[in-house]
Amino acid sequence: MTAWPTPAEWGIVALSLKVSVLAVAVTLPFAYGLAWLLARRRFPGRILIDAAVHLPLVLPPVVTGWVLLLLFGRTGPLGHWLERTAGLVLVFRWTGAALAAAVMALPLMVRAMRLSIEAVDRRLVGAARTLGATPWRAFLTITLPLSLPGVMAGTMLGFARSLGEFGATITFASNIPGQTRTLPLAIYTGLQVPGAESEVARLAIISVLLSVAALLASELLVRRSHGRRAHVL
Amino acid sequence: MSFDIAVTYRAGESAREFAVTSDAGLVAITGPSGIGKTTLLNCVAGLNRPLSGHVRIGGETLFDSAAGVDLPPERRRAGYVFQDLRLFPHRTVAANLAYGERAEAALMSRAEALDFLGIGHLARRYPATLSGGEAKRVAIGRALLSAPRFLLLDEPLTSLDSARAEEILRLLERIRDDLELPTLLVSHAAAEVERLAGEIVVLD
Repeated sequence: MTAWPTPAEWGIVALSLKVSVLAVAVTLPFAYGLAWLLARRRFPGRILIDAAVHLPLVLPPVVTGWVLLLLFGRTGPLGHWLERTAGLVLVFRWTGAALAAAVMALPLMVRAMRLSIEAVDRRLVGAARTLGATPWRAFLTITLPLSLPGVMAGTMLGFARSLGEFGATITFASNIPGQTRTLPLAIYTGLQVPGAESEVARLAIISVLLSVAALLASELLVRRSHGRRAHVL
Repeated sequence: MSFDIAVTYRAGESAREFAVTSDAGLVAITGPSGIGKTTLLNCVAGLNRPLSGHVRIGGETLFDSAAGVDLPPERRRAGYVFQDLRLFPHRTVAANLAYGERAEAALMSRAEALDFLGIGHLARRYPATLSGGEAKRVAIGRALLSAPRFLLLDEPLTSLDSARAEEILRLLERIRDDLELPTLLVSHAAAEVERLAGEIVVLD
């Protein structure tokens, strides 16, 4: 029995964490903005935005990956534009894996944040306004802090979803060792090779440990900031 | 003229009208529940927009549909004590009091207000831990420290036992007599209205 994780396994874990952290960090402000819009504003086309945000939750992930390929492939409209203006290529890169994970995590993040924004009493915002707060200050001092448990819950869910992302990633970013072979893709690859059962089992255990750690960390964070009775699960 | 108000506003399904011009320091608005008294206060505070009309208090125009004036709530400087108080649950009493504090224009310093209201010992508590009377005094203190140009009091004595109600009544009399702020009081308690108000408007 070799000591574990081995350097190769470390590489896979580090890549998975890198992909998931980037995905969640980039998605966070967009998700909160969308959640706020859907929770607080009535405007034409709102139901379309709502549907578009939720689409990755109900579509087969392979289809989401294929749509990303059409849009962000090197000849796709967004991919072509990104490469021309910023020299940025996403397809078959770890950043592409992060994009796939971000799109899959978005609906979960928006849902959790939206619920917690809806739970903030709007009359408190009105009270803040009569006390001299501009809409922006009322948002920063009332709505944002009171919806923080939902932000943390959404971030945790999004992170866990990103760690587990498979279908959209393998379709859009492929399965390239060291670039886009995250934990689930490495496990899948191991399953294709005869005699790799122990590698698969080790990666699966690492997967479980990472997910449990993410859950516990967010639960502790929420309790520390919002008291013992607060929870994200 | 302390109050020069004439508005048409929406309350529930119907449009209502309200008008008062008065020099009394404290004008009471009374009438059956559901008639739109709170909505009217919200129109004066800028939280609701009247359909038409004007709101002038202490010579300042806060709303005038004909002239296109509609100051946002943060510029109206209302000291609004809500019926449901609306203390910020995630902030301590001290932080609630400080939220709208304008020390440079304040009627009184924070220390004076704490003393005046008898809430100094509550500073580090959270609103959820306060009794009804304590929470009400904190809400009044928060409104006073924001250096308001006028006060809006929505049923300030409801859900208090008679001893606490008497305490708040005396406080309101002191605010009326010592601070001389134009005040709109919404109440359906006749005794309270009789005792406090210089003028009474009945909505029906």
